[in-house]
Amino acid sequence: MKHSVRNLIAAGLIAGATPACAASEADFKTAYAAAEAAEKEAGALRNQWTTTEAALTAAKKAAEAGQFDQAVASSKEAEALAKASIFQATSEKQRWKDLEIR
Amino acid sequence: MIMRLAISFVSAALVLAALAAQPAIAADTPNPVADAKAFQKFFTNKFPQLKPEDFANGPYSMNEDLHRQWEEKEQFPPYEFALETGKQMFATPFKNGKTYGDCFPNQGIGIRQDYPYFDEREGKVITLELALNRCREANGELPFSYVKDEMASLTAYMAFTSRGKPFDIKIPDDPRALEAYQKGKEYFYTRRGQLNFSCATCHVQEPGERIRAEILAPALGILNAMPIYRSEWSGMGTISRRFTTCNSQIRGVPLSPQDEEYRDLEYYLSYVSNGLPISGPGARP
Amino acid sequence: MTSTIRVRATSNGDITEVQALVQHPMDSGFVKDAKGEIIPPHFIQQLTFEYDGKAVFVADWGAAVSKDPYVKFSFKGAKKGDDLKIGWVDNKGATDTTTAKIQ
Repeated sequence: MKHSVRNLIAAGLIAGATPACAASEADFKTAYAAAEAAEKEAGALRNQWTTTEAALTAAKKAAEAGQFDQAVASSKEAEALAKASIFQATSEKQRWKDLEIR
Repeated sequence: MIMRLAISFVSAALVLAALAAQPAIAADTPNPVADAKAFQKFFTNKFPQLKPEDFANGPYSMNEDLHRQWEEKEQFPPYEFALETGKQMFATPFKNGKTYGDCFPNQGIGIRQDYPYFDEREGKVITLELALNRCREANGELPFSYVKDEMASLTAYMAFTSRGKPFDIKIPDDPRALEAYQKGKEYFYTRRGQLNFSCATCHVQEPGERIRAEILAPALGILNAMPIYRSEWSGMGTISRRFTTCNSQIRGVPLSPQDEEYRDLEYYLSYVSNGLPISGPGARP
Repeated sequence: MTSTIRVRATSNGDITEVQALVQHPMDSGFVKDAKGEIIPPHFIQQLTFEYDGKAVFVADWGAAVSKDPYVKFSFKGAKKGDDLKIGWVDNKGATDTTTAKIQ
């Protein structure tokens, strides 16, 4: 009984710690694919940001060096930036008129 | 008394109705003539001390110190070498014996103010830079880079032969031409890049103000001085170069030079500067 | 090839005002190209203006002078129609000279 509780706690610690300290290559691939898809959508709207591109490059570089934590973090940043650029392009479809000289 | 009030009420309502009816039509269909008038009025109101032709000299008309520097510089302009190279290039025949002049009306002399124009056959806007590369390709030569030296030299010479001629951009009676104009206008006012700037953010809201060490040019007349020698670039730059670097400066990935968006933008910006003289090639800090 | 030197010398009574523009890359040797490789230093070391066999203006330049440099100065003692000789030497040993009439 005592034994199994200790085991449970240990298992819990491992389970809790794993995602925080070691992202896998698979995690990176998922995160990167999501970022790339969003950036592609921004490209279709003709509104990519240089900072998104830089974050994507950084993610790839980190993954190549085996630093998957960093690679996942950069991918997430790229995805957030790409989504912001999509939001910008979409809202500007109407909002550009705000500044128009009439 | 009550009667008078009632009359004025009725007439006020009539005026309101008339006001409401007019913009409803105007808002839906683009009206380039009204746009250009409002655009020019906005800038002449903002800078009442300037003559219309002063706008073609951009920041030099906005700041007294800069103006003095410019007057000195114009005695020995930094674009002189490019201008001379352009003149030579223009006169040198291609391998097949034809010249640039053969591709253009009036042998290419004094025609800068007519570009860009809307080609009704193609349904697209044709800029001078695009026409020059098409001319090269039609004569079996490789196209030049749109942003670099050769293209800037050629356009510098063509602008020089057109100095003083007012921009004369036409929008033919073709729905596609009006659409290209409208798209260009939309591009001009659309915010983009991580810094969330549109062309108008700098060149409509803030002309005459500083951005870091530079003085921002007004959008009115901004293309009249192209191509330019920029001290910052220590070299010449074309309209394509200006558009793409503007985009990357606001952290947007630039489109390819002479993509349709840029051509439409050039069409719009040139049209609203109609009547202002060509002053290119220019020099900018 | 056309000259790399543009000169305008105008006499105003006693004083001759000279303006010159020289076409030269003036690479400092501290700048890298797009591939990340250093662009080797290439700059004008000396620019000389000679009038009547005598140097009236000599500039000893280095890497800190900008591309396509511009010079303006004035001197006394020249007459309209006289010749002004201009020449430069760069760190690779290249030279160019030209002669301008004082107007």
